[in-house]
Amino acid sequence: MPEPLPTFTSKTHASTSSRAEVSRSIPRSHRLIARISNADRKDQWFRHTLHIAGLIVLCLVIAIFLTLIVGSIPSFRATGIHFFWGKVWDPVTEVFGALPFLAGTLLTSFLALFISLPFSLSIAIFLGEYFPPGKGKNRMAGVVREAVELIAGIPSVIYGFWGLFVLVPLVRQLEMKWHVLPYGVGIFTASLILALMIIPYAASLGREIIHMVPAELKEAAYSLGATRWEVIRHVVLPYARTGILAGILLSLGRALGETMAVTMVIGNTSALPKNIFSPGNTLASVIANEFTEAASNVYLSALIELGLVLFLVTTLIHLIGKRIIKQFST
Amino acid sequence: MKKTNLISLAIASMALLASCGGGGQKQTSQTAASSQDNKTLLGAGSTFIYPFYSKVFNVYTQQTGIKVNYQSIGSGGGILQLINKTVDFGDSDAPLTDDQEKQAGTPVVHIPICAGAVVLTYNLPGIQDTLQFTPDVLANIYLGKITRWNDPAIQAINPKVKLPNLPIAVVHRSDGSGTTNIFTNYLSKISPEWKAKVGASTSVNWPVGLGGKGNEGVSGLIRQTPGGFGYVELAYAIQNQMPVAKIQNASGHFIAPTIASTQAASNIQLPADAKVFVTNTTAPDGYPISGFTWAILYREQHYGDRSLDRAQELVKLFWWVTHNAQSYCADLHYAPLSAEAQATAENLLKTITFDGKPVLETSAQ
Repeated sequence: MPEPLPTFTSKTHASTSSRAEVSRSIPRSHRLIARISNADRKDQWFRHTLHIAGLIVLCLVIAIFLTLIVGSIPSFRATGIHFFWGKVWDPVTEVFGALPFLAGTLLTSFLALFISLPFSLSIAIFLGEYFPPGKGKNRMAGVVREAVELIAGIPSVIYGFWGLFVLVPLVRQLEMKWHVLPYGVGIFTASLILALMIIPYAASLGREIIHMVPAELKEAAYSLGATRWEVIRHVVLPYARTGILAGILLSLGRALGETMAVTMVIGNTSALPKNIFSPGNTLASVIANEFTEAASNVYLSALIELGLVLFLVTTLIHLIGKRIIKQFST
Repeated sequence: MKKTNLISLAIASMALLASCGGGGQKQTSQTAASSQDNKTLLGAGSTFIYPFYSKVFNVYTQQTGIKVNYQSIGSGGGILQLINKTVDFGDSDAPLTDDQEKQAGTPVVHIPICAGAVVLTYNLPGIQDTLQFTPDVLANIYLGKITRWNDPAIQAINPKVKLPNLPIAVVHRSDGSGTTNIFTNYLSKISPEWKAKVGASTSVNWPVGLGGKGNEGVSGLIRQTPGGFGYVELAYAIQNQMPVAKIQNASGHFIAPTIASTQAASNIQLPADAKVFVTNTTAPDGYPISGFTWAILYREQHYGDRSLDRAQELVKLFWWVTHNAQSYCADLHYAPLSAEAQATAENLLKTITFDGKPVLETSAQ
């Protein structure tokens, strides 16, 4: 991603400087010079605005990171490094360990990703290859496209309610059939909800990328006698894989941080989950649950440290994802 | 090279931002506590009491022109804001801990405002009767020692009910809450094992059970799960007409949770500072799992650059809340203060001073 940016800016530089040269070489028309220098100034203004906007984002990320670190100091003093693999979360005796929540977050997110992948991929291929936007007025494809985008727009608390009242009873029936403890709520239910919520992110990006695969490539493959499946399998997907992976990374990020819907269906138990049907808890949902009434300093700080853990996990996964994408694109 | 430049620039500008932000915050905190506008008092804290405050403060504004701005950010947040002196009063469902009192610096008073109860509710298909629980059975269910509804211990105290062979799906609050604090405080009083293993707080490390967020989360889980069992606030249970269990109190009576039995629970000899959980009450007709919510004020009101006027308005407000406003309690499903509790509140309000002189007397002059 960062490569195209410098070339773009250098190009604009070149064009402005050449324009300035032109204006210097023709000093007759003062009006023209005035207009060009005016345009120059505008150009500079625009550049400055962009720089400042970029800088603010960078500042924010660093500021959030620093705030989390400063807020975590009391907890770190009390618990130390043990915080990261401690299994007990007991506000009464102020013993704090993040492991059950870390496990809950990672389990639900990756399970959700795993469940959502076939769906988001098929939607991306369906809308990007079979019924691309603009080509042919297929009503059905339009409806599907709108619906996918709508899924992304529904507030997460609504997913939570729907999960609690519709999905939980269904999962409970399933659990009774499979002879596990029929809680209904738990890691598995939370993953199902999450899977539904993150489909649009991977699907939309994948659709755009698949749509952008050059027609020449596909036509060449067809002319060699490839079937549609072969074109998708050997031309479209390899060409689009970087973008598809980026979409998957985006949806994983969304799953890691999702709070409300997960809190409502995960069962909120601070014990380490035994299997995917056990109730559990995620980093984000513990913070949402306990922040308002956390009165003691160390307790509050421990919750902030959970936020720091979530921040680090998200960053780490993002970096790993970037590395994977890079490897695939070369 | 360019990247490092950008980052260093970012850090530099952030430091600038941070210093501005810090300054701004200080300023607002000063203006909040010392606001020249003595017609507006500020409070923050418990969400449990919010519906009551929002009703009575509205009435108070109509009667006196004094506005009260109360933010229901949770007891913990309310205490924190009082310690930072950004509000005139905090409200908490639990008294301040020693640690918090130390942070507050100068002494604070706990004014009881009204009482709430924690009720046990259940979902047993086909059973209409009201179930009864002894403290022992209750503690053993929450400790995970009694796991099925037809356990002999439960059957023995409910001889007329045919209890099903269902697992008990124990539900508790997942969010930190005053309700949990009262409930775990009760369990700690009646069960030494609970006290040693779990203890009492707004959030605890539950030995068993699922967590639901808020009263609605808990009741949602119970309603859906045959065999569900959990605790919610009395007001919530009344509004939603949920089945509630009778609990045996210290005098051996099985008491149904009602506003009357909750009020009765606090009609006992209270300590002078009112800092007491009235759980497991000795009152013979009192419901055992109940507790106060307290408004928390500084005893010496002359701090920062507060005016005497502001201190007087604050004390007057709470005199009114603990007296005239009590008539609004029942409508909103809170238990009004008992005669004992009201007398204690009066005495506490009289101890509030401004420059060492009682505020109430000077305001009467």
